[in-house]
Amino acid sequence: MTAAVPIVRIDNVSKRFIIQKSKSLKERVVNAGRSAKFKEDFWALRDINLEIDAGTSIGLIGPNGSGKSTMLKTIGGIIQPTTGSITRRGRMAALLELGAGFHPDLTGRDNVYLNASILGLTQKQTDRFFDAIVDFSGIEQFIDTQVKFYSSGMYVRLAFAVAIHVDPDLLLVDEVLAVGDEAFQRKCLDKIREFQAEGRTIVLVTHSLNQVTDICSRAVLLNQGQILFDGLPHIAVKDFRDVLEERRVEEVVAHGEDPGANGSILSTTVHARGRAEGQQIEAGDDLVVRVTYEHPTGIDDWIATIQIDNFRGMPVYGTATSRTDTHLARLKEPRTIEFVLSDVQFGAGKYFINSSLLDSEKRHLADAPQAASFDVPYFQLADGVVRLTPTISDLG
Amino acid sequence: MADLAQSKVDRIARLDATPWQDAGARGGFWSGIFSSISDIWGRRELLGLLTRRELKSRYKDSALGFLWSLARPLTQLFIYYLVVGQFLGAARSIDNFAIYIFAGLAIYTLFQEIVAGSTSSIVVNSGLVKKVYFPREILPLATIGSALFNFLIQFVILIVAAAFVGTLAFGPNLLYGVGSLVLILIYATAIGLILGALNVYLRDVQYLVEVVLLLLLWASPILYSWPQALQHLPAWLGQIYLNNPITLAVISFQEAFWSPGSDGPVLDHLWTRMGIAGLIGIVLLFFAQRWFTRLQGDFAQEL
Repeated sequence: MTAAVPIVRIDNVSKRFIIQKSKSLKERVVNAGRSAKFKEDFWALRDINLEIDAGTSIGLIGPNGSGKSTMLKTIGGIIQPTTGSITRRGRMAALLELGAGFHPDLTGRDNVYLNASILGLTQKQTDRFFDAIVDFSGIEQFIDTQVKFYSSGMYVRLAFAVAIHVDPDLLLVDEVLAVGDEAFQRKCLDKIREFQAEGRTIVLVTHSLNQVTDICSRAVLLNQGQILFDGLPHIAVKDFRDVLEERRVEEVVAHGEDPGANGSILSTTVHARGRAEGQQIEAGDDLVVRVTYEHPTGIDDWIATIQIDNFRGMPVYGTATSRTDTHLARLKEPRTIEFVLSDVQFGAGKYFINSSLLDSEKRHLADAPQAASFDVPYFQLADGVVRLTPTISDLG
Repeated sequence: MADLAQSKVDRIARLDATPWQDAGARGGFWSGIFSSISDIWGRRELLGLLTRRELKSRYKDSALGFLWSLARPLTQLFIYYLVVGQFLGAARSIDNFAIYIFAGLAIYTLFQEIVAGSTSSIVVNSGLVKKVYFPREILPLATIGSALFNFLIQFVILIVAAAFVGTLAFGPNLLYGVGSLVLILIYATAIGLILGALNVYLRDVQYLVEVVLLLLLWASPILYSWPQALQHLPAWLGQIYLNNPITLAVISFQEAFWSPGSDGPVLDHLWTRMGIAGLIGIVLLFFAQRWFTRLQGDFAQEL
């Protein structure tokens, strides 16, 4: 591995948005003296410092309004930061919205040239890539039809085909991977992996946390315009879940409710039967999960659930008292429910347990995300989340 | 795989040697102008494509297509010729009245189209501005391209008509036409940049512009001759009227394509006046571009 070569440098970047409440000349003149009253500003980004190395894939995650799209736009040069500076090098392409700049009255062919030009290709380069672009999009028949007659699927296909044929060193992607059917999404992801192998740098903004742990080698968690965490994706994802939980509690408090008013989860523990807490879980163990709940006013009908996630935050198992028809007595004082999962066969890795308290309508009253964790040792014969012993023979 | 790994090493090595650049347009007050110009020059193909897009989509799906771009100026010519020229009698004091107004209308329509088009260009293309980075000046500049195309069509008709009527002479007087065109382009671009940027913040600008452009049509010697206007204006106002760049451009365009075969008033020191207006225009254009650059950083969030 050669020494890291930075491709983007973000120094002390802050961005302030001023929200004008009046847009017309009349309102502005009338309100000129009291303008402060009709303006509101907030900091979308505050003192961000970040260096992105060439050849890495970095995911920006965070709750809505945390400034991740703004950050992507400042890197792309679409929005200028209020203070600080951003420098970058190499050719950049931004996939902020597929088909931005498609003109409905022009044919597919004209739009390919126009869009490629907007993304920075010269006419000659587009000529060279044109057949490949049309081929990738799979809409040869309609290439000379005006795009306003295209279905939305055709539109997106053509736009994506153009975007990936721009030869970028730095690719900015904002949520666009969520568009399209599964086959199309897979095509996008395959292309992104190819890009990674070619040493291109990818900055990805997404709400799909699986995508982040799947694609990125580094993740940055933003909240209210500040970097909360910068490092390994699965840790960022875990922190992100904590932020979401905090927000939920804050919202409940803001509504004048006591966060514990609907009940709370006091503790969650996990161990293998016959072993102490914190020891590794072997294949064939019986897994014992104990969750303690309480409810301040008392609730008669309630459901206790647990869910097991792998280290990427992908759910691999879930069960609930409603499924096993276990009758639960009225909850008021702390009560501990024990879940025993017999003969577990997990693949190697770290797993997290989320526990929840639901009411009879299955509304969440309290959640404890990643409240406990356990490790499963390395398995020589296979990987994945289930441990199955393979027998492989050559049938000739 | 070996190829991919190699291309990765090559790419990173190449990037290591690539100089840093600012994201978006920035730069100092004086040095910024050069980076802006080279930025725009680097994207000239995009400029061409956007111009074509504008032209193609304007008369999309119409059977007569570009012929429609002639309908308006020819109708205007007909109305003004009949009403102002014959009914109100302006044609009596001006030779070859039809050529006279068409020359003025052609150059003024160019100015009008550029200014009105540039003013709304950023807002109309908000989808692009919010999503992709490119020098934003390209959008107003693309309207200049399509306005020039329309001008060209009218210009051909003007030349044919002038040759037919006998007011076309090949000689140094044609240089007035070039000077007039340059003057209009400088001022229309400068004003277009300023108003285009301003319109992002205040949408009222585009409506105001329509009204002011209508006013300017009558404030220029297009449908009457300038000595007629001077008779009714106080001396100081007369000077402003006479030396404003649009009046100068209109007069010199008429000088090029109408005067040779017609008997009209001659404005003295026309070249000097145009030269001064041109220099002021270039300074204005410079400041307009700097101002545009300063404002463009916030376009994406204002739209």
